[in-house]
Amino acid sequence: MNAPAYTLAELCIAQCAEVWRGEGEVLATGIGLLPRLGAGLAKLTFNPDLLMTDGEAYLLAEPVALGPRGARDARIEGWMPYSRTFDLLWGGRRHALVGPVQVDRYGQMNISVICDYAKPKAAILGARGFPGNSISHANSIFVPNHSPRVFVAGEVDMVCSAGYNPARWPDGKVPESLRIGRVITDLAVLDFGGAAHAPRLLTLHPGVTAAQVQEATGFPLEAPASVPVTPPPSAEQLELIRTRLDPRNLRATVFKGDPPGDHR
Amino acid sequence: MSAAAPTDKRMTLSQAVAQLRDGMTVGIGGWATRRKPMALVREILRSPLKDLTVVSYGGPDVGLLAAAGKLRKLVFGFVSLDVLPLDMHFRNARQAGAFEVMELDEGLVQLGLRAAAMRVPFLPTRVGLGTDILARNPGIKTIRSPYADGDTLVAMPALKLDAALLHVTESDERGNCTIQSPDPFFDEAMARAADRTFITCERIAPTAKVCDHANARLQPFERSVVTGVIEAPFGAHPTAGVPGYGIDVEHLKEYNAATTPEGWADYRRRFVDLASHDDYIAAAGGRLAIASIAPPVY
Repeated sequence: MNAPAYTLAELCIAQCAEVWRGEGEVLATGIGLLPRLGAGLAKLTFNPDLLMTDGEAYLLAEPVALGPRGARDARIEGWMPYSRTFDLLWGGRRHALVGPVQVDRYGQMNISVICDYAKPKAAILGARGFPGNSISHANSIFVPNHSPRVFVAGEVDMVCSAGYNPARWPDGKVPESLRIGRVITDLAVLDFGGAAHAPRLLTLHPGVTAAQVQEATGFPLEAPASVPVTPPPSAEQLELIRTRLDPRNLRATVFKGDPPGDHR
Repeated sequence: MSAAAPTDKRMTLSQAVAQLRDGMTVGIGGWATRRKPMALVREILRSPLKDLTVVSYGGPDVGLLAAAGKLRKLVFGFVSLDVLPLDMHFRNARQAGAFEVMELDEGLVQLGLRAAAMRVPFLPTRVGLGTDILARNPGIKTIRSPYADGDTLVAMPALKLDAALLHVTESDERGNCTIQSPDPFFDEAMARAADRTFITCERIAPTAKVCDHANARLQPFERSVVTGVIEAPFGAHPTAGVPGYGIDVEHLKEYNAATTPEGWADYRRRFVDLASHDDYIAAAGGRLAIASIAPPVY
């Protein structure tokens, strides 16, 4: 039996979903289109206990399809205004999948400014909730454009999200509770599970080489001699993505030309 | 002897802004593109006020004040137009170093406001540890827990406000008000952190209509923190004033594109330098058009 064809976006959605496997009854926050689809996919398959918000002030009883809908079309199961979101996240029961503009070898992330702080080359959003998120609950990372501009040498220009750099912590001790989950990119899946939380290559998307990933990363990656290939999305996952979560195919807009997931 | 009359807090936009002074610290309620007190912000742009320190979960309120050169300092966690991720007026001014920044985590903003509201100098938290929030804000100190854990914590300083500017749904003449949109955000914390709170509302109504047993929980704070009540229908436009109207994305696009000197002057002439809030509503398309903007979905 031939495995169904799938796009790179669909491969990434399935890998984004993996972030929430075994995480229990936490708030799943996916920032950006593919992370949000990944959260929905996790909830519809292996982790039905996840909490999700509608991006406004309600908890969704079930994931909603991306795209326009009536304001009251979604089935909800509760209220989650921002103040409650902070109360929840400070308690730790959340796993966010976020899209920083820079990531460094310590898992520190930046969404604030590029280059000089006083007169930045690019002012982006500001630190948002990253400092509090990183100290409070697990965070994973999605990067659609794996390159040394994102995975920078040295440290990120403004550390918004705390990471595994002992020099930045009181008494040089990284809190044991700090947890950076997976890093899903257009090339590979990484984590910070190497020696002393070193960044590590977990799987390569079909057709991508370890050398190619290292070349696109501004810091060294640990990797086994033979890196496994990222598994394809299952037929069930593809069905849910295509018919239930993203019937308008907005995922096709994430990567230029909507390339296939397996270009071997 | 007749009983004294209760305080009637109704006033105009210009009467409210006339109570502000150069150099004041002003909190602006709402969140990004939702329920921002934009009529008051435009009134500030028409006034000679300057050198403001603004505390905001920022949206076009910050962008307008930045474009008009009203900011001395911005205390913020972000500035965003949501659907349009970057506010170009904020971005250009920030990149030019046009104002000082106190860049915080969103939650730290809340804790600073709550500290001010509780009249304590700081609140302890772990938020900010391990990040550049501390390095970029040398005024924020850490403390050692006096208890057995001995943990190092961030002592988030109180963010005391001279004034808070908020937009709510309904109010009576005395400041008994309700926020009927889905999220009250941190308007309450701002009101309690401020010496004076000015609220615009969609309509002023009798107390019995504004507040009854069924909807009393929609009241964000009691009237004793309210200084002035201004009736300004569609006063949050172009941000959302749900349940009345959604985000005017087309207007925000036009605003966000008005970044050249000529473009900004034109935007200002058409939407800011007007004789009244009614004139603004007419310029922005009129009541019917604004009321027909659907609530946002995310």
